[in-house]
Amino acid sequence: MKSYSNLNATLAIAKASLVSILRSPSAVVFTLAFPLIFIVVFANVGGGGLKVDVGVAKTSDTSNAIYQVLKKVSVVNFVTKSSTAEMQKNLEKGTLDAIIEIKKNNHLPPFTINVKYTKASQDKGNILRSLLNSILYKANTAASQAPPPVAELHEATVSGREYKYIDFILPGQLGFSLLSTGVFGTAFVFLSLRQTLVIKRFFATPVKRYSIVLGEMLARIVFALMGAICIILIGHFAFGFTLIHGWVTVVNMLVLAIAGLIVFMGFGFTVSGIAKNESTVPPLSNLITLPQFLLSGTFFSTSAFPKWMQPISNALPLTHLNNAMRKVAFEGAGLGDVTHQLLILGIWGIIIYAIAIKTFNWEA
Amino acid sequence: MVKTPIITVKNLVKQYDDFTAVKDISFEVFEGEIFGLLGPNGAGKTTTLEIIETLRNKTSGEVIVDGFNVDTDAGSIKKRIGVQLQAAGYYPNLNLAELITLFSGLYGIKVSPMAMLEKVNLTDKAKAKYKDLSGGQKQRFSIATTLINNPRVVFLDEPTTGLDPQARRNLWELIKEIQKAGTTVVITTHYMDEAEVLCDRVAFVDGGHIIGIDTPDHFIDTLVASGFERKKEVKQANLEDVFINLTGKEWREG
Repeated sequence: MKSYSNLNATLAIAKASLVSILRSPSAVVFTLAFPLIFIVVFANVGGGGLKVDVGVAKTSDTSNAIYQVLKKVSVVNFVTKSSTAEMQKNLEKGTLDAIIEIKKNNHLPPFTINVKYTKASQDKGNILRSLLNSILYKANTAASQAPPPVAELHEATVSGREYKYIDFILPGQLGFSLLSTGVFGTAFVFLSLRQTLVIKRFFATPVKRYSIVLGEMLARIVFALMGAICIILIGHFAFGFTLIHGWVTVVNMLVLAIAGLIVFMGFGFTVSGIAKNESTVPPLSNLITLPQFLLSGTFFSTSAFPKWMQPISNALPLTHLNNAMRKVAFEGAGLGDVTHQLLILGIWGIIIYAIAIKTFNWEA
Repeated sequence: MVKTPIITVKNLVKQYDDFTAVKDISFEVFEGEIFGLLGPNGAGKTTTLEIIETLRNKTSGEVIVDGFNVDTDAGSIKKRIGVQLQAAGYYPNLNLAELITLFSGLYGIKVSPMAMLEKVNLTDKAKAKYKDLSGGQKQRFSIATTLINNPRVVFLDEPTTGLDPQARRNLWELIKEIQKAGTTVVITTHYMDEAEVLCDRVAFVDGGHIIGIDTPDHFIDTLVASGFERKKEVKQANLEDVFINLTGKEWREG
């Protein structure tokens, strides 16, 4: 008789599990569709940059040079269509940042500019104010042929990488996708295999317990990597997600993804052990995923949170996976530069697998 | 014919926290026979079966399967037996052919899924999911998974419960074919007509004890000899014969 191969048994389970995952709509939705929807939504919300909406009064002259100069300034967005009453209302609400009226005079000075700001949008009002000052200063000095100014301004902008919102949101979504695949997927599959006696039937074959666990983990890793590659590539080609060192960065991100997923699957094993039936899986899993979804810098930087909340954020594994992902993707860090994050993930891994081994349950 | 035991159970006891499911059971199953474990629900049939199948630990006693002890050689036993569990499910989202491939991986044996499905007449369902099969088809598929490793003994736990008369007869044919191919079969059932048709020997189990082991014929002869008579004159046919006669013997799907 040919000697029994535990490896082949493990691979047989991995293959079966992968096929099963790919055919289950919920896994595909959680791993791919959700993160992509969030990416699409936030990439469009955050990508607009700064705009100052300026209403142009009906009585304003628009053929003059000052108007044309302002129109060319990319920050200024002229609103001309609304009625006077509407503009006034919008200005009060702050949906308009200012109303401008440029009047041509038959006497000197040739133009009068009336600007109405609003308390509802003081920041943007100030931007417009300094813009106007600078434009009018140039125009006035050129016209009056005044003596050379006391100081001359030379401006330069250091060329750097533009940090787009996609560079922030994508690693966060990727991390959350890994978290939900790891926790929900693993918890559900082991609970259902146990309850439908699939595992019991497996035990009547020569397969080892570790083959079942490893096979399931392997399938989930392969599936999550396929998902991660999709998210990264769609992010890169459709939304301009920054990959500093190209493929090397992708590979580094995938290594991080595996590390994170292994830790998250530990939570899944624990949930499957504690849960008594299918209906207790979602609340238990949400208890693990939701706080991390909100507190781990998935949507907003953790530095924006109040001080007392920061230690909580900094204790969560997803925070460190997200930070490591961002460092690797945007700053071009290697895996050696994120050892701190990997260490904390490792500590989480040891703790959660110790709990998982205690709570894991093979029999219904 | 020399009868060599392939399964030997001696003084088997299974104690749970609050009750004793199996109380000192001993019996032998001979190579090549169909052996029936009969008894009411909760008699200890399934527990006994699962201990022999290495799925459950015993409290005390000795169990030998094909020369291997369950205590020391569970792995060797698993390679030599085929197990059909009462109400077991199969891996979700896979079709029958893929499930056979999975099991062949678990047994470490290369088989053609179609050849296995052919044995139980399910080749046309190769692409179907287990959950979409009829009751009879489910049981036949379960039996197919027990035959993958070409086992010495096959264990069937209530394979015909809930099936209609046609599906039941169809399964009897299949079980007889398995025996003809040289495999020993151990089966549990609630249906005495089934045991009478199928089993070479039966053991009656009640309350964790075996209360009799013999061939069905000998049991019946002994009972008749003791002066037992049925209350009603036995007719040449029963209602099930009428049912089969009216609806036809052919196996129905769905």
